[in-house]
Amino acid sequence: MRIGRRGRAALSRVVHVGVLATFSVLLAFPFYWMLITTFKRTPDLYDLKNNPFIFNQPPTLEHLRLLFNETLFLRWFWNTTFAGAAVVVITLLFAVPAAYALARLTGDWGEKLGIGIFLTYLVPPTLLFIPLSRVVALLGLQDSLWSIIVVYPSFTIPFSTWLLQGFFKAIPRELEDAAMVDGLTRFQTFLKLVIPISVSGILTVVIFTFTLVTQEFVYALTFISSASNQTVGVGVPIYLVRGDVYYWGSLMAACLIASLPIAVVYNLFLDRFIAGFTVGAVK
Amino acid sequence: MLLPAILYIAALVGVPLVLALLYSVGDVKVGSVGYRFVGLDNFRSVLENPGFKRALLNSFVFTIASQILSLIGGNILALALKDAFPGRRFVRYLVLLPWVAPVSIGSMGWKWILDSLYSVINWVLVRLHLVKPLDVPMWLGEPVLAMISVILVHVWHTLPFTTVILLAGWTSIPKDIPEAAQVDGAGYFRRLFEIEIPMMLPIINVAVLFGIIFTFTDMTVIYILTRGGPYDTTQVLPSLAFFTGILGSDLAEGAAISMFLLPLLAIVAWLMLRSARRAEVT
Repeated sequence: MRIGRRGRAALSRVVHVGVLATFSVLLAFPFYWMLITTFKRTPDLYDLKNNPFIFNQPPTLEHLRLLFNETLFLRWFWNTTFAGAAVVVITLLFAVPAAYALARLTGDWGEKLGIGIFLTYLVPPTLLFIPLSRVVALLGLQDSLWSIIVVYPSFTIPFSTWLLQGFFKAIPRELEDAAMVDGLTRFQTFLKLVIPISVSGILTVVIFTFTLVTQEFVYALTFISSASNQTVGVGVPIYLVRGDVYYWGSLMAACLIASLPIAVVYNLFLDRFIAGFTVGAVK
Repeated sequence: MLLPAILYIAALVGVPLVLALLYSVGDVKVGSVGYRFVGLDNFRSVLENPGFKRALLNSFVFTIASQILSLIGGNILALALKDAFPGRRFVRYLVLLPWVAPVSIGSMGWKWILDSLYSVINWVLVRLHLVKPLDVPMWLGEPVLAMISVILVHVWHTLPFTTVILLAGWTSIPKDIPEAAQVDGAGYFRRLFEIEIPMMLPIINVAVLFGIIFTFTDMTVIYILTRGGPYDTTQVLPSLAFFTGILGSDLAEGAAISMFLLPLLAIVAWLMLRSARRAEVT
């Protein structure tokens, strides 16, 4: 049977919508599941006869109350925010000058050094966590939030330097030369000209550093041993479980709260992030 | 201006890397300060451990299976997202969630979905009469099923990343070449396999290389879902290193296990440098 041009267009539309719907459902389902679990009454959750997709009893805020009042969730949230902010500051202090220097280094050297720094981002925590646990102990930072504040920049600086270098390279050198002819020193030029132009690049780095901090799991699990010093990423999955008892309602509430806001912000900056990974492979 | 950054990285990546090497050929325990060179003893005892062989094999199964699935799924999804349609931004937001949410948190969601008693998947399967109510699959409790589960959850986590990278590639292909081929009479699949996929190779390269690193060295999904169980059947190299070196306090043997990550990492890094250089030339 021959399918006409219109038939074929309709078929490709159906396939297109079908593919999008399937992937959206598969990928977003756990978050929908967190949402519905958060507001379900406990007897409703644990009754196998109930249809799990709907509310068989009226929704409740009990799990949220438990989460905020009787667990360390808010503490973890604060810890994560604090560590995130501190890591952002350290990262900017080191990465901004380094990226500027790399962007202005002439010849082959700048390129090679830039790639070299980026590659250190790929050295995984699971290769370094054993010796680092000793280094952390030596510094007297074991079981302290400061352990991760000191260690995280070791992967946020390389990635940020790489991203920022791209931004700085896009600034025409003539602009800087003109500013220096007007009597500014190189440092003043950097401060008054280069930084303001690169605000969007710096903002990108701030967002990604922050998300990397919220996503990290291995180092926080290794270095920090008391529940009250943990971040959300480790606190929720490890310490919200009491003994063998899972409080699924509160757990899913915590997961939901920890996922969604960061996703919104991240989405705004996605294209720049991708550009960082695909430099050279996409023209 | 470059120096402070380089020193920071050297102190917290370079030094630990050297220490890891030293530990793997030394005798170090938690709490003692002494160090004695023992040559390849740690590696010998690691290699004799049957759990290690399983973990090594699992690491490769885990990495290869998730990369294949991620690449196929990522390409299909990227093609579907390539051209503008109403609601594209919203769909993109939805499909990105698994990558953006902290992976330990997302895995926790799956742990609930795959629960031994209250799994929603099993509820559906029972309703569809595909399994008997008293004989439901234990997704995280049986070795083969548990391995499949951790692979699928990991793919769920990395698929958005692969997709957006591939999407960047698909949107950068100049439209005139495939169009010219169409005018010359090349069908959809011919255009796909003989023109577009070859043009996509550099970017597929990027997606695969990063994917391999993020998968081969990760232990989060496995740690959350199975803790390497049941009976260490889903243990991979990074998680085994964690259980041996950190929880088991045998720093030397843990470091030796971690060292097995290094050859593959070095190969991938070398491939990356090579493709970066090629991009510079063209």
